[in-house]
Amino acid sequence: MRKLFIIALMGLSLGFAGAAHAAGGAPVPAKQNWTFTGLFGGGFDKAQLKRGGQVFFEVCNGCHSVSLMAYRNLVESGAWTEDEAKELASGFEVQDGPNDEGEMFMRPARLSDRFVSPYPNDKAAAAAHGAIPPDLSVITKARKYGPDYIHALLIGYKDEVPEGVTIPEGSNYNEFFPGNAIAMAAPLTDGAVEYADGTEATLDQLSRDVVTFLAWAAEPELEARTALGIKVLIYLVILTAMLGALKHRIWRRLSDPNLSCEDPH
Amino acid sequence: MSKRQYNNRVMQWVEDRLPIISLMENSGVIYPTPKNLNYWWNYGSLAGVVMVIMILTGIFLAMNYQAHPTVAFDSVERIVRDVNYGWLLRYLHMNGASMFFLLVYIHMFRGMYYGSYKAPRELLWMIGVTIYLAMMATAFMGYVLPWGQMSFWGATVITNLFSAVPVVGTDIVTWMWGGFAVDFPTLNRFFAWHYLLPFILFALVFLHLWALHTHKSNNPLGIDAKTPQDMMPFHPFYTIKDLYGLGFFMIFYLYFVFFQPNFFGEVDNYIPANPMVTPPHIVPEWYFLPFYAMLRAVPDKLGGVIVMFAGVLILYVLPWLDTSKVRSARFRPVFKQMFWIFFLDCLVLGYVGAKSPDEMFMGIMTMTTLGQIATTYYFFHFIVLLPLLGKYETTKPLPNSIAEEVAKKYAQ
Ligand code: HEC
Ligand code: HEM
Repeated sequence: MRKLFIIALMGLSLGFAGAAHAAGGAPVPAKQNWTFTGLFGGGFDKAQLKRGGQVFFEVCNGCHSVSLMAYRNLVESGAWTEDEAKELASGFEVQDGPNDEGEMFMRPARLSDRFVSPYPNDKAAAAAHGAIPPDLSVITKARKYGPDYIHALLIGYKDEVPEGVTIPEGSNYNEFFPGNAIAMAAPLTDGAVEYADGTEATLDQLSRDVVTFLAWAAEPELEARTALGIKVLIYLVILTAMLGALKHRIWRRLSDPNLSCEDPH
Repeated sequence: MSKRQYNNRVMQWVEDRLPIISLMENSGVIYPTPKNLNYWWNYGSLAGVVMVIMILTGIFLAMNYQAHPTVAFDSVERIVRDVNYGWLLRYLHMNGASMFFLLVYIHMFRGMYYGSYKAPRELLWMIGVTIYLAMMATAFMGYVLPWGQMSFWGATVITNLFSAVPVVGTDIVTWMWGGFAVDFPTLNRFFAWHYLLPFILFALVFLHLWALHTHKSNNPLGIDAKTPQDMMPFHPFYTIKDLYGLGFFMIFYLYFVFFQPNFFGEVDNYIPANPMVTPPHIVPEWYFLPFYAMLRAVPDKLGGVIVMFAGVLILYVLPWLDTSKVRSARFRPVFKQMFWIFFLDCLVLGYVGAKSPDEMFMGIMTMTTLGQIATTYYFFHFIVLLPLLGKYETTKPLPNSIAEEVAKKYAQ
């Protein structure tokens, strides 16, 4: 009976796992080695993060916003110095005001400003691109397979559309996008960005770097979280072992048949 | 009651005016507990700890959360990003909800296996079922607060169920929404309820413990305690055992909090709510899946709603459906097997709840069909099997006493 039960349980959990893969129709993106996705979290490679930022600000930010991040967060990540972040921010314009005359005015962005959005609203963005380029603030948390999927998407454009698939005007064929027809044209190609640190900007490299940047934008707390987590778990393991020893010692008293307890009421 | 004497003068002073010191002593220190409880008896106190964690983290989250559709999503992300240790608060609360249900499910199955719901503990069990209902309501409303796609569409689907009520259905739904769609009034009142319900839950747990302490814990043998030698004081024996279990549980819980905080979540809930875009699959949180499967097993909307609610409410009458005088499954060979099949049936229901209805199960039937079979079996277990088993099952002889069994164990 117990055996049957265990077998049934295993079968069921396999079913769950299988189901996770079958959903959606699009192929399952290949699992990548990220510095931040281990069983015990991880961290961001600062150089990679900075390269990813370069890709984002030079390419993606032309269409996409990351409205939950501020330029000061770049400094907090440890990958940008304060001066670098200030310089980067000053390249964007934000509306401020009203001033003493009651007028709104434009000024260069500061560290305290959120990443400047390319469009004033979704309608404007959709009008320009045929579909709304989604805000990328939490994109790695908002898609199944997270970073693996975004990476697969960015390198998943094919010039040749397979037979039987029709891609509407203004759309592009992408193997990994649900439905395969995506309004975003391939944003990255080999050499799309000239890296400040001299790294060779292959498509794969560009994609990995920008996904790292987006993963950081989605979970800027990740490094602090996993660092504290390790300490907490080690502490708990030691504490639990000690409690276990204490429990066994106290429970030895049960061998005394006279141990008893009466209701005090 | 004889007057209790304490060496500490402050304690004595309080005790003379309000006998709360002896009350605490009676219920937490010298409270008599069966000597033979196994680790399945740890889950009640664990659930209690999680409840406290939920209330505490919830209060601090509420200090930073904003219940308005335009900012709710962002305000949650700002808690994670900009509030000191906000990420810890949020992930403790989010994963705490899953842990709470996991613990309570184990706690309930424990009660079923050892027949803890039988006389004289029927009311204890029924208060438990009420706690479970309160938990479900709380969790449902809480899930709406971050205002992601699943929040919005989950709220829409579930509140819409009430439109199945004859005649006044649509009016009820409009009344619940505070408008003609799930919108700001809905979010705002859900927040108010989500803050209120846990305190009702807390009060229910108090009643639950009061009822528990009236007849004391059942035990793995399912026999009544007869002599003081069957029992031992709660402290230090069960305080240390509960703490030891708590250590293991916290390792499990905090692993998710720190390293896989979104493991139990739906990715779609990180997409801000959009009333114009319906997500391809609307699925509730994992702990509601079995009932979601029951809901969808019935083609008729009203029928589905009735079956779903019946699935929970039938637990109220479990003490009278099970006609066996023997409590513990240890001495009920047939019931024991039926228990595990029932447990499996609940897992199957959960599995079906996670699937889209027209998907095939191992190529032999649709998920809907599987869900119908599993739902039927669920009720068959309660309504047919349990009453009959109690009449016809040959049970094994019961041991004489707890003390004797404990002595045997220590003689080995
Ligand atoms: C020319 C404008 C443009 C640029 C540049 C651009 N995107 Fe997009 N992106 C879009 C549009 C439009 C969509 C919406 C596509 C759709 O819904 O069909 C989109 C969608 C996406 C999606 C969502 C896919 C999904 O699963 O829904 C991701 C992720 C994404 N872009 C990432 C990027 C990254 C990373 C970059 C920079 C390397 C980038 N995009 C550059 C226009 C752009
Ligand atoms: C907030 C959730 C709950 C809390 C905090 C809680 C707490 C507790 C505690 C501390 C105990 C004593 C320890 C133990 O026997 O494990 C207990 C016992 C019990 N609980 Fe709960 N409980 C909760 C929910 C439920 C639910 C949902 C049910 C059933 C539907 C239930 C049924 C019982 C029963 C029958 C007992 C007595 C078990 C026995 O003595 O063998 N409880 N509860």
